[in-house]
Amino acid sequence: MLKEYKTVSEIAGPLMLVEGVEDAKYGHIVDIELVDGSMRHGQILQVEKDKVLVQVFEGTESINVRDTTVRFLGKPMELSVSKDILGRVFSGTGVPKDNGPKIIPTQKLNINGNPINPFARDYPNEFIQTGISTIDGLNPLVRGQKLPIFSGAGLPHDEITAQLARQAAVRGKGESFAVVFAAMGITFEAAQFFINDLTQTGAIERAALFINLANDPAIERIATPRVALTAAEYLAFEEDMHVLVILNDMTNYCEALREISAARKEVPGRRGYPGYLYTDLATIYERAGRVKGKKGSITMVPVLTMPEDDKTHPVPDLTGYITEGQIIMSRPLYRKSILPPVDALPSLSRLKDKGIGEGKTREDHAALYNQLYAAYARGKEAQELATILGEAALSEEDQKYMRFANEFEGRYISQGYYENRTVEQTLDLGWELLSMFEDVELKRIDKKLIDKYMPQFRK
Amino acid sequence: MAEAKTGRIIKVAGPVVVAEGMLGARMYDVVRVGKENLIGEIVELHDDRASIQVYEDTVGIGPGEEVVNTGAPLSVELGPGLISSIYDGIQRPLEALVQQQGSFIKRGSDIPGLKRETKWAFTPMMDNGAEVKAGDIVGQVQESSLVLHKIMVPAGVSGKLDGLREGEFSVEDVIGTVTAADGRKTELKMMQKWPVRRPRLSRQRLNPNTILITGQRVVDAFFPIAKGGTACVPGPFGTGKTVVQHQLAKWVDADVVVYVGCGERGNEMTDVLMEFPELRDPHSGEPLMRRVVLIANTSDMPVAAREASVYTGITIAEYYRDMGYSVALMADSTSRWAEAMREISTRLEEMPAEEGYPAYLGARIASFYERAGRVVCAGSPDREGALSIIGAVSPPGGDLSDSVVQATLHVVKVFWSLQARLAQQRHFPAIDWLTSYSFYKQHLADAFEDKAQGKAFAEMIQQAMNLLEQESQLVEIVRLVGAESIGAKERLTLETSKSIREDFLHQNAFHNVDTYSPIEKQYAMIALILHFHRQGLEAIDQGIETADLFKLPVREEIARAKYLPNEEIEQIIAIQDKINEQVKGLSPVTA
Repeated sequence: MLKEYKTVSEIAGPLMLVEGVEDAKYGHIVDIELVDGSMRHGQILQVEKDKVLVQVFEGTESINVRDTTVRFLGKPMELSVSKDILGRVFSGTGVPKDNGPKIIPTQKLNINGNPINPFARDYPNEFIQTGISTIDGLNPLVRGQKLPIFSGAGLPHDEITAQLARQAAVRGKGESFAVVFAAMGITFEAAQFFINDLTQTGAIERAALFINLANDPAIERIATPRVALTAAEYLAFEEDMHVLVILNDMTNYCEALREISAARKEVPGRRGYPGYLYTDLATIYERAGRVKGKKGSITMVPVLTMPEDDKTHPVPDLTGYITEGQIIMSRPLYRKSILPPVDALPSLSRLKDKGIGEGKTREDHAALYNQLYAAYARGKEAQELATILGEAALSEEDQKYMRFANEFEGRYISQGYYENRTVEQTLDLGWELLSMFEDVELKRIDKKLIDKYMPQFRK
Repeated sequence: MAEAKTGRIIKVAGPVVVAEGMLGARMYDVVRVGKENLIGEIVELHDDRASIQVYEDTVGIGPGEEVVNTGAPLSVELGPGLISSIYDGIQRPLEALVQQQGSFIKRGSDIPGLKRETKWAFTPMMDNGAEVKAGDIVGQVQESSLVLHKIMVPAGVSGKLDGLREGEFSVEDVIGTVTAADGRKTELKMMQKWPVRRPRLSRQRLNPNTILITGQRVVDAFFPIAKGGTACVPGPFGTGKTVVQHQLAKWVDADVVVYVGCGERGNEMTDVLMEFPELRDPHSGEPLMRRVVLIANTSDMPVAAREASVYTGITIAEYYRDMGYSVALMADSTSRWAEAMREISTRLEEMPAEEGYPAYLGARIASFYERAGRVVCAGSPDREGALSIIGAVSPPGGDLSDSVVQATLHVVKVFWSLQARLAQQRHFPAIDWLTSYSFYKQHLADAFEDKAQGKAFAEMIQQAMNLLEQESQLVEIVRLVGAESIGAKERLTLETSKSIREDFLHQNAFHNVDTYSPIEKQYAMIALILHFHRQGLEAIDQGIETADLFKLPVREEIARAKYLPNEEIEQIIAIQDKINEQVKGLSPVTA
């Protein structure tokens, strides 16, 4: 029998203190019944003797000290999972939100999960074709990787994540694939854009969406990525599916965490974020991966908006320390209508070398991206020089590199949101662009590869 | 003697649990918490109340549950079987955990660090009847093809040796006894235990006096670390801290390598696990894994165990040092360790110092690095061991004023400064040659058997350093007034510096030859680059155009020298003749 308590003694911000409680356990959840009969949910943050500190997911508005009933459920927060979660829309805590039937669970899983034993991990090395040249060609994504998108306010990260969800596939294999989308504090429009996009392409059938909108309770966001990842783990490791998890937007998540921390009067770290932000983010991001002996995998694309496009802000900074690279969006490219505006130079996929080469993509892939990268970096410098000195003042060589950079942006980076390029198309396009240089200038590519791939593009 | 006291939990807040009724418990005693028997450690005492940091997830733990004091501090098991193992932060074998619990780490597991069932072939090295004392080597075990494990008399034991015999034993079998003068008998086993927070004892500390060769050119030639020395590698994300650490772990000239993955990515540990067994030691040709102990407490594993992981690592490293070996410990990353300290400190409601870190941060970091060093080991036979520490630091935003970086720089003698700018230019290792430093440079000359050669090497490196210094000033001038305005010799300086940067300092960790550069090859390479510089200076004096000089085909060969096989250093030396020929072939422009 579950015990009910009417002993709330303190309410502050999202936190509530209940006294005289027996047998409360850290991390377990509670039901809160308000005087008008409405229900809220909470989680135990701290227990001290008979005093229990509860964080209320839906906020503490109109909860009062005298009449509120608190019920301790004696278990951590769980998510009911079965294969039926695909094609469904849930709230940020995993309650169906689409008027569909209740999920009949095959399992109930603790949303906090367990860390993957490093010895049981399998190394991510299967190339995922996203159809986006700047990713496939220069920063390839592999299965089991966590590759965030660093964006800013007013940049089209929604479009690029939708494109990823639509196009990402491992080539030549008819394996089952699913998308888990967790929205944390994004606008109705942004969420709807994504849902519509998935619906139009029919991909909604193999997607599970966990939506916490900007006007939904902020504290609920703490649970949202964990709920979504629990669903993803079930699909990947029980149902053998390859799951792409999109977490949008992690900056809002971190702000919710900061709110709790402030309410608990904890010593703040940088910019008021709690000192354990790194650990907290790691327990989310590290749930991506592959496990030996399991067919499925979790690939994660967290999206975060950098305040003032500042990469050293705690959220992108700590994320970058945990994830395996980052895709950075560029405002100047967006202004020039070069879409998707991926800033190729500071973007990085740490696992790229594991997923490419002969048998995976093509033997020339590594040499080619090194050369493209070097030439584009040089061309970018020339572009900048040209804005200071004028194009005429550049040396002949610099002018050539500048022309290359312009072409590269105009044709390689720019492809729009609905062009789905195969990796061969991307690679060939790279050769074609490089054909404006003499063979000897292509120092990063082996002569043999040049002889094999270049001739068809020489005029 | 502390008796096994049982207390009761009164408070749970994240990884910190407070229990009362713990009178008699000592600081840093290990306790078992709650019904699930979670492992914890006492970090604060107040009357009969003990604050405990718990090494496992505390969800579902509540007031009223039992806390049992084991009466012993957090210790590691030391003995044959450590090599090639992979442990979590408190020495639980991850491989065995997979077999016991599956792919995900669950709570309350209790698997010992050393396998009990393995039998090791023990060879005695002392005669029965001999007087032994702590640290004396009584015998040995071939632990792996690379490591000969010496079995030592544990601390606090001395007396007459007896019953020592050859044979196949497990780590718990008695291999002999020691009878003290007062008649007290101690059974000798191959396994001993040591509390992780206490440095292991040695007879005498010595100053480091030799270079630890790593095969990484920028490290060995420009900023060397000594055997028994300390180094730190700070840098923002994406600058290749982990690649530097991996490269050092792979190629460092040490007998044993302990690699502590502290709060970092799970996939990186997998990379180590998959790659190291494939790699061969450049000296012996054996798989590198046969000299490595891995500690993996990834960022999603419990935070308190992360705090313990560096201590677990260094205690194991000290143990091998005591056998008379040169041991290298890599800790990636010490920032995560410091953050774990901060998290625990916050939960203990301690008064914070800078950035929320506890006030004792600096002291903890200093005492950790002080456990490095070259020592005369305790016991006989006389032997010297060395323990070198290389710690990665991950400062927020790459900001070097960060508390952890500053506290580390106070104590370490080598600083490899990783720069985002270099990483963006794909210059790897992205170690900045202008801001990095090493206090062990004076030992560089001794790295060569031929002292004259060593001296010449040190002088060449100094010359190269001067050129790079000049470059940094010249670049400023060129930016202001253009390349045309500087003289021919300055242009050559710029070109040579570029060559030093691109052809010497830059090193491709993923190229099968370039990944490891023996010191003799480093000598030949820098000599080659400086030879071109000297020839160039002479040519300029004779009125030859720098543009012609820079176009010589031999320059391509200089650039490719790093990819020439390490066994064929004479090929690199031969390029010098080609430089002479080709420079001679140039004719001065007639004005």
